[in-house]
Amino acid sequence: MVTVTAQTPIREFTASFSRDRIAVTAFAVLCLILLAAIGAPLISPQDPYDLAQLDILDSKLAPGAKAGAGFTFWLGSDDQGRDMVSAILYGLRISLGVGALATVIALALGMAIGLISAYAGGWLDSLIMRLVDLQLSFPSILIALVLLAVVGQGVDKIVIALITVQWAYYARTVRGAALVERRKEYVDAARVMAFSTGRIVFRHILPNVLPPLIVVATVQVAHAIALEATLSFLGLGMPITSPSLGLLISNGFAHLLSGRYWISFFPGIALLATIVAINLVGDRLRDVLNPRLGSHYGT
Amino acid sequence: MAARDVTKAVILWLGVAAACWPGGGNAAELKIGLSADVTTMDPHFVAAQPNLTAQQHVFDSLVRSDERSRPVPGIATWSTPDPLTWEFRLRKGVKFHDGAELTAEDVVFSLERPYTITGSPGGFQTYVRPIVAKEIVDRYTVRLKTAAPYGALLQDLAEVMIVSKKAAAQATGEDFDRGKAAIGTGPFKLARFVRGSRIELTRHDQYWGGRLPWDSVTLLILPSDPVRTAALLSGQVDAIEHVPTADIARLRKHPQLRLAQTVSWRTIFLHVDQSRDRPPGVLSRAGQPLDKNPLRDVRVRRALSKAINREAIAERVMEGLALPAANVVSPSVFGHNPAVKPEPYDPEGAMKLLAQAGYPGGFSVTIATPNNRYMNDEQVAQTVAQMFSRIGVATKVEAMPLSVYFGRARNKDFGVALLGWGSRAADLALRSLVATAAPDKGYGAWNWGGYSNPGLDQLVARSLGTVDPAQREAVAREAAALAAAEVAFIPLHYQVVTWAMRSTLSYTARTDEFTFAHFFKPR
Amino acid sequence: MLAFAIRRLLQSIAVLFVMSALVFVGVYAIGNPVDILINPQADQAEIAAATRALGLDQPLWRQYWSFLAGALAGDLGKSFAANIPAVQLILERMPATLELALGAMVIAVVLGIPLGLWAGLRPDSVSGRVIMAGSILGFSLPTFWVGLMLIMVFSVWLGWLPPTGRGETVKVLGVTVSFLTWDGLQHLFMPALNLALFKLSLLIRLTRAGTREALAQDYVRFARAKGLTMERVVRVHVLKNIMIPVVTVTGLEFGSLIAFAIVTETIFAWPGMGKLLIDSINVLDRPVIVAYLLIIVLLFVLINLIVDLAYTALDPRVRLAGRST
Repeated sequence: MVTVTAQTPIREFTASFSRDRIAVTAFAVLCLILLAAIGAPLISPQDPYDLAQLDILDSKLAPGAKAGAGFTFWLGSDDQGRDMVSAILYGLRISLGVGALATVIALALGMAIGLISAYAGGWLDSLIMRLVDLQLSFPSILIALVLLAVVGQGVDKIVIALITVQWAYYARTVRGAALVERRKEYVDAARVMAFSTGRIVFRHILPNVLPPLIVVATVQVAHAIALEATLSFLGLGMPITSPSLGLLISNGFAHLLSGRYWISFFPGIALLATIVAINLVGDRLRDVLNPRLGSHYGT
Repeated sequence: MAARDVTKAVILWLGVAAACWPGGGNAAELKIGLSADVTTMDPHFVAAQPNLTAQQHVFDSLVRSDERSRPVPGIATWSTPDPLTWEFRLRKGVKFHDGAELTAEDVVFSLERPYTITGSPGGFQTYVRPIVAKEIVDRYTVRLKTAAPYGALLQDLAEVMIVSKKAAAQATGEDFDRGKAAIGTGPFKLARFVRGSRIELTRHDQYWGGRLPWDSVTLLILPSDPVRTAALLSGQVDAIEHVPTADIARLRKHPQLRLAQTVSWRTIFLHVDQSRDRPPGVLSRAGQPLDKNPLRDVRVRRALSKAINREAIAERVMEGLALPAANVVSPSVFGHNPAVKPEPYDPEGAMKLLAQAGYPGGFSVTIATPNNRYMNDEQVAQTVAQMFSRIGVATKVEAMPLSVYFGRARNKDFGVALLGWGSRAADLALRSLVATAAPDKGYGAWNWGGYSNPGLDQLVARSLGTVDPAQREAVAREAAALAAAEVAFIPLHYQVVTWAMRSTLSYTARTDEFTFAHFFKPR
Repeated sequence: MLAFAIRRLLQSIAVLFVMSALVFVGVYAIGNPVDILINPQADQAEIAAATRALGLDQPLWRQYWSFLAGALAGDLGKSFAANIPAVQLILERMPATLELALGAMVIAVVLGIPLGLWAGLRPDSVSGRVIMAGSILGFSLPTFWVGLMLIMVFSVWLGWLPPTGRGETVKVLGVTVSFLTWDGLQHLFMPALNLALFKLSLLIRLTRAGTREALAQDYVRFARAKGLTMERVVRVHVLKNIMIPVVTVTGLEFGSLIAFAIVTETIFAWPGMGKLLIDSINVLDRPVIVAYLLIIVLLFVLINLIVDLAYTALDPRVRLAGRST
């Protein structure tokens, strides 16, 4: 007697994803990081951005030292008296927030442009694709650098820079997938049945376009986080009032050679862990959702 | 195919490398790591300290500054026959690098050259403008006349380097960079200028100042702090300037290294806006605009000054590399008034003063600061913000790169702004920082706070117009005392400048933060 | 082919135009470089005079117009800070950056392809997995962090390599290069390694994926069935087929190496173009910023064009397809 369990696409996907234990561990780590970042105000002993809570006399203490206010600096304190644990948690918040926000907006923007390009065809399609090609042939760091040098600093400006760097990937992916889907018979059938374009897009095209998009997006989030860290290091990134991990690392650089490694080292580990986890998950996603092995989720 | 080709390539490379192998030498060589980029070797193009550092190895000026920033004779001595005339007598037998002798013609040419420089964002005209007439009395004597008595001429002339008229006539910036026009009377000759990387110098054997211990000197450009320290630790350089505060403790303990330190001329202070009713960033605690500007009240300014724990900043933020300040210039500089002492840390007194002035609940301000200019500038601003918050003045910090900061500050975008100032004389500093802005006279060019006190203006003018140094210093001190009593600005600290070097070297630490190879001596 | 090249070039000129305008306006809007570079004792009159001398008091459109006029004649203005033509300043520093980028590419290719091949041939072995894990670390680690770690380990703790700067240089055909001297190589190694890390990891992964895909192809299975050794199969069939995508990607990524050299140059005080850009941004030396961007855009366009043409020439499928249309 054979029991057959109905396999929904989601269950199929989860099953094949979890076949790689490393990816699953990475996913778990990522969830932990996300939870820690979201819950930062609740778990951190100190609000590192509230100047009234900082005391300069607590600065540059080694991991394990006690603060004047009574709690322990588990990972030490930086040169302003900020608890490293709190600074890292809040920094993660900023890094992840900026990276994710930029990716989501870029995704939406890129998707819209890609769809328009695929549907409009003709000269509009050519123009948009030219723009996309042009943008993709330039390294992200150059685009971001010039943009920030020109529009100045600030959280919003960084997000804009990150969006500018990313949208082209999504636009191209979506357009490619949309073109393929458009030619399929079921779309012709739907059109004959006089379904609106909107319904065709949402019901049929999007679900098929989503897998490659998710893969690209995952990698792009990691890339965005790393790019923001690099920009902060170069001095063009986040302002001191809301330090991201990149800014924390770059601030701590000055102390690396003096033996107070913790000011730069621990934020560096946090950044590394986040990016590696995202990349590992993204890798596995790509293997699982690889369209070349068929439109079904394979091994 | 592959292996044989690779072997051939390796052998070829080894051969080339061997051919280029620099021969070992036992010449006395000195390598110094500088902290900022040198953009040109033309000494009259732009008055930026990094450029002057490199250029003053090659060129001399009439007046030199000693390590305490006081004027001493360079290639000339001087006298003032009358208040409007300065007579400079050149040393005889001073040789340029090309063998020619220094004459009065070279001096006059050099003093006129700043007017011929085009395309400079900040040239030397200010320093030579007070001179209205130049007279060549004889081969070694020059007489300069000023329109009005001007005591600060010596400090100004210390900045103007003397070039060879023969070599520099019609020379472009590039001629200097390539070495063709860089003929000076300084202790070293320019061997090579590799922009962004290094400056190579060789000893000028006929230097008028005597024989130097170094055959060749290399100045390496290493702007990144930790990298500069790494260069010293790994032995790539023999000495570095501007040791970052974070590394001082470690370098001090290092058995093969030693430090040279002194109080620098750089005073870090806060400009507070006193000219407007509603300066930017100055609001009530709830964020609402106030009826009047609290910073106009001297009691409020003094309260803010009392709230600052300067010792804590010096010790914790600056790692001991700061001296609490009350004057606009540091202790060894001309015009420093020792009777004016730093405001003691007194938060209760500060809160009382605030209440007296009518602000018992405090208010809120924003401190603007550059984040890449002065030692730990941003951290200092953050700490001051912490301290203001404790007395009820809620404070935010707005930090930005220098490229944006000065522009916005000139636009009067800030209510409270951090600035660092290095000057060779207190009256010159006061003239720029707190004299009432008068563009025609050149007063108050950096008076961001808009402070205006006619009494102070008069004192500054009198001081600058006094040619006798002793009398001038007395008036300058009076002006400094007045500025302090009125809290025209809120002084924070003087920076301490540090050099680190091999323990086989010694350096006379300089208040003006300049690094000169010719003052490094073997021990 | 020719039409294609011409069309590309025209498009690039349009891009150059737009970019120069955008950057010009942007840098103008940030601030006045005179404020930063002026000597502190200068008074208002001096500042005004300097502003006038640099042409910064003119309305924006007129400044841009004179810039364009000069640009068409090949003059992109003089650097505010260094008083020499901006183009010359950049060309002076270009060999250093190109040397760094080439060095990085050599390291990435020489290490990346063999390692990726190995990982593709033995994907489940310990060494294969270690290589893959290393490659993930390689492109997750931020370049600036790795750079300082390298300095700390190899210069400060071990004392093997000099931490900063470019070594002894020699002139070859008028271009200064440093890799021909031992001292130069010592200075070049760490920065090149730092820059190469990201590309190295990508190349490993690309080669591995390509190898695995090639191994799954029928013709490989057929060759094995015929009795050919694995080594010959790899050398003759697999390598040739993964070369095309690897070469194209490497070529395109060269431009990216030049751009990312900015970070490496900053850390290692390598006197290249990238560091020049950062320094110029910090003092608002607009002529240099604009000139740098124009030159870089031109460089990229050229690289892309060359790679596209080479790809068209190499790949028989594209060639034949093109002919049959």
